[in-house]
Amino acid sequence: MSSFWERLLGRRNQTGSRNVAKERLQLVLVTDRSDLPPETIQRMKDEIIAVISKYVPIAHDKVEINLEQRQRDNWLVADIPLVRAIQSGSVSLTDSTTADDA
Amino acid sequence: MMQPMGRSASNRVITITSGKGGVGKTTVTANLSAALARLGRRVACIDADIGLRNLDLILGVENRIVNDIVDVVEGRCQLQQALIRHKAYPELYVLPAAQKRDKTAVSPAQMVRIADDLRAQFDFVLIDSPAGIERGFKNAVAPADEVLIVTNPEVSAVRDADRIIGMIELLEKRPPSRLIINRVKAEMVRRGEMLSADDVTDILSIQLIGVVPEDETVLIAGNRGMPEANSRSGQAFNEIARRLLGENVPYTHSNPSQGFFKRLTRLFSGSGARQGSVFDE
Repeated sequence: MSSFWERLLGRRNQTGSRNVAKERLQLVLVTDRSDLPPETIQRMKDEIIAVISKYVPIAHDKVEINLEQRQRDNWLVADIPLVRAIQSGSVSLTDSTTADDA
Repeated sequence: MMQPMGRSASNRVITITSGKGGVGKTTVTANLSAALARLGRRVACIDADIGLRNLDLILGVENRIVNDIVDVVEGRCQLQQALIRHKAYPELYVLPAAQKRDKTAVSPAQMVRIADDLRAQFDFVLIDSPAGIERGFKNAVAPADEVLIVTNPEVSAVRDADRIIGMIELLEKRPPSRLIINRVKAEMVRRGEMLSADDVTDILSIQLIGVVPEDETVLIAGNRGMPEANSRSGQAFNEIARRLLGENVPYTHSNPSQGFFKRLTRLFSGSGARQGSVFDE
């Protein structure tokens, strides 16, 4: 019955080759248009993360850096959440000496 | 017979190109030229595929070629002497490619000169580009006021179209490009096994000007050398021609992005059953 609703909502056959084709094309065109092979993009991401980590603590597991297409332009879009200075265990940026006894 | 129209400012040179071969550039050029001629426009089409001449064959003028584009460029004849008038469409002329030369026989500057001469006499000058991104392509796009990119809903054709669009954006003149998606099988799109016109337009991010359904009459028309006006594809070409003329023609077929109510109707009308199982999947 679920496929009935999927059809009604136009969400049929998400696994069909049409969607696979669309996703693969979107990925390969990022490389084609930017002339950046995937390994280079990965290296660039790692370096960006390393540079930012030197200055502020970041939530590594939530970092998202992607090349995106907006109309026919390439954008490097980065979402890099910073770790809050005061969390459980109160990690501090400034290496302060406040004792925490929680 | 070919007196200047005295309104060359509004006359347009349109190049049909694709990157990938075999997507239907020549049939698009032939059928679109015929559609514009049916709408009463004076049309000249140029076969820029030197060495692999075919536009003459699709339009059925192959037996009347006396001179070709290289004869014009090399001064062996006047431009008018190389133009072949179509028998069924008196407003349609063909400038054939040379068959025994290669792409380097014509330069982009010479192409511009020929197109300018034709622009002065015709409402539309359509240039059928060869496949590829080399000299032949450069010749074909050099004089373009606009470009029509032909692609198929197929990964390799879409990728190559993207490359071509990128190259056109780098041209000094930066002619606007619009997209023709050729050989769409609506039934496969519905089954989720073919990129839809919307998918392709999304991916390429350029304006769409036409969707041509897969239609065997295109091949039959090519066999006969006579464009077909009344088939489904013929209608699609008529619509593209009208859009070129600035008309706002809604997309009637092959556009698989259906609205909620259309899906609802299809689901309950039983016609959904034809496309396979509605309930079990």
